[in-house]
Amino acid sequence: MFKLPVYMDNNSTTRTDPRVLEAMIPYFTEKFGNSASRNHAYGWETEEGVDLAREQVASIINASSKEIIFTSGATESNNLAIKGVAAMYKKKGNHIISAATEHKAVIDPCMRLERDGCKVTFLPVDKYGLISPQQVADAITDKTILVSIMAANNEIGTIHPIKEIGAICKAKGVLFHTDATQAVGKIPMDVEDMGIDLLSMTAHKMYGPKGIGALYVRRKDPRVRLDAMLDGGGHERGMRSGTLNVTGIVGMGMAAEICRKELHSESERLLKLRNRLHEGISTKLEDAYLNGHPTHRLPGNLNISFAFVEGEGLMMGIKDVAVSSGSACTSASLEPSYVLKALGLGDELAHSSIRFGLGRFNTEEEVDFVINDVVRAVNHLRDMSPLYEMHRQGIDLKTVQWAAH
Amino acid sequence: MAYSTKVLEHYNNPRNVGSFDKDDPMVGTGIVGAPECGDVMKLQIKVNPLTGLIEDAKFKTFGCGSAIASSSLATEWVKGKSLDAALGIRNTEIVEELALPPVKVHCSVLAEDAIKAAIKNLQDKQANAPQTVNS
Repeated sequence: MFKLPVYMDNNSTTRTDPRVLEAMIPYFTEKFGNSASRNHAYGWETEEGVDLAREQVASIINASSKEIIFTSGATESNNLAIKGVAAMYKKKGNHIISAATEHKAVIDPCMRLERDGCKVTFLPVDKYGLISPQQVADAITDKTILVSIMAANNEIGTIHPIKEIGAICKAKGVLFHTDATQAVGKIPMDVEDMGIDLLSMTAHKMYGPKGIGALYVRRKDPRVRLDAMLDGGGHERGMRSGTLNVTGIVGMGMAAEICRKELHSESERLLKLRNRLHEGISTKLEDAYLNGHPTHRLPGNLNISFAFVEGEGLMMGIKDVAVSSGSACTSASLEPSYVLKALGLGDELAHSSIRFGLGRFNTEEEVDFVINDVVRAVNHLRDMSPLYEMHRQGIDLKTVQWAAH
Repeated sequence: MAYSTKVLEHYNNPRNVGSFDKDDPMVGTGIVGAPECGDVMKLQIKVNPLTGLIEDAKFKTFGCGSAIASSSLATEWVKGKSLDAALGIRNTEIVEELALPPVKVHCSVLAEDAIKAAIKNLQDKQANAPQTVNS
């Protein structure tokens, strides 16, 4: 048997792998030195740990260790990349290109820059959540300094054509940043092959600890420069001052190392589990629609709208399963997920969505349990859904005049 | 967010789920909310022609646990009441009974609106009908 509730929200965060924790522990106890202490052994041994971790993190994206800047996580990495480029290259231009389905940690820094005089183009996506390289090419102007497109989407798992976008940016001489928070460790990422100049990542999405992340900053062809946000001791090539989070860094290094070694077997296993989950649900339930791209998607991600059932109500019915919903019934705005809306999904289907995030520690037994639990709860809620009743009576819900509150 | 025990109790054992024939002259039907807002409540009352009291009530709700619990509670509360007394049910009483947090107050508002809409539907029906209960 397995522990309840079943954790299937690995796009939110992941459990720290025991091997990662084991690597970290000595750096809390005997190896506690400040890695910037150059004059004694305590500093040297932690510096060694940091150096190894930097190699491990660089290696998973085919970068050089000198190009890795440790941060507190992907939010900081995204902020540093976007604001840092905007400030450093403001003489060159003030136009940034991004996408409608980016994470808030990209959208909000862009919006702040917009208030400060930058121009930002948020490209729309197709019904699968995809950006086409041509859209990027068409949006670039002589004022464009940065393109920021995520590698894989956190809600719907859609994987963008990063290599093609990278090639366009290179050809036009525009810097290319990608928020690869969901992608690193799950799908192959290669900054050389894909033409990436800046890449954000975080440890806790790949079975490492929370509170540690990294920004890849290209050192040659071109050498990318950033205006730092934190001033101080000049750590991390002056781009991110602050005593290094040695335990976190060591953990992130080990997490990256494990992901790199196990990526292929792990993604195959996750894909199988996801297909089992998807098929199990869709053969037992009608009107369960997949959100995101059917094939260009993260192996562990499944996002489904269960028509006629509200997502938060459904999550309450599957209390033995930990997942997320695109419904925003908890928010004061009553607005459902902007990512799902960007796909052109009606608000009612956005409210009905559940995101399943499969990960390293999920098993086939858990998947079967989740299938049964979801099917039971959806049927139960449809029995008490006025929308389902109307649907069964042949009423087209789109023709109904609703008394919105 | 953690739900109150009362919300959970109504969610797990909803009272009076179902539908009456909406064409029954003694039945009033209120449908409020909209799918794009994430909540739709259908609340129906059935009035006893002799006493004028609400003798039964049913609901169906598309929405979160708090919306389901609010409508379930509303059907319980209107039963046995006169139409005037049912109109006196306030959303704040539902908030208090279910210990709804501020972000869920709209669920209680919707339940109050559903009761009012059902009563209005019944009264409209009776006003338009050639023979009414009290004639």
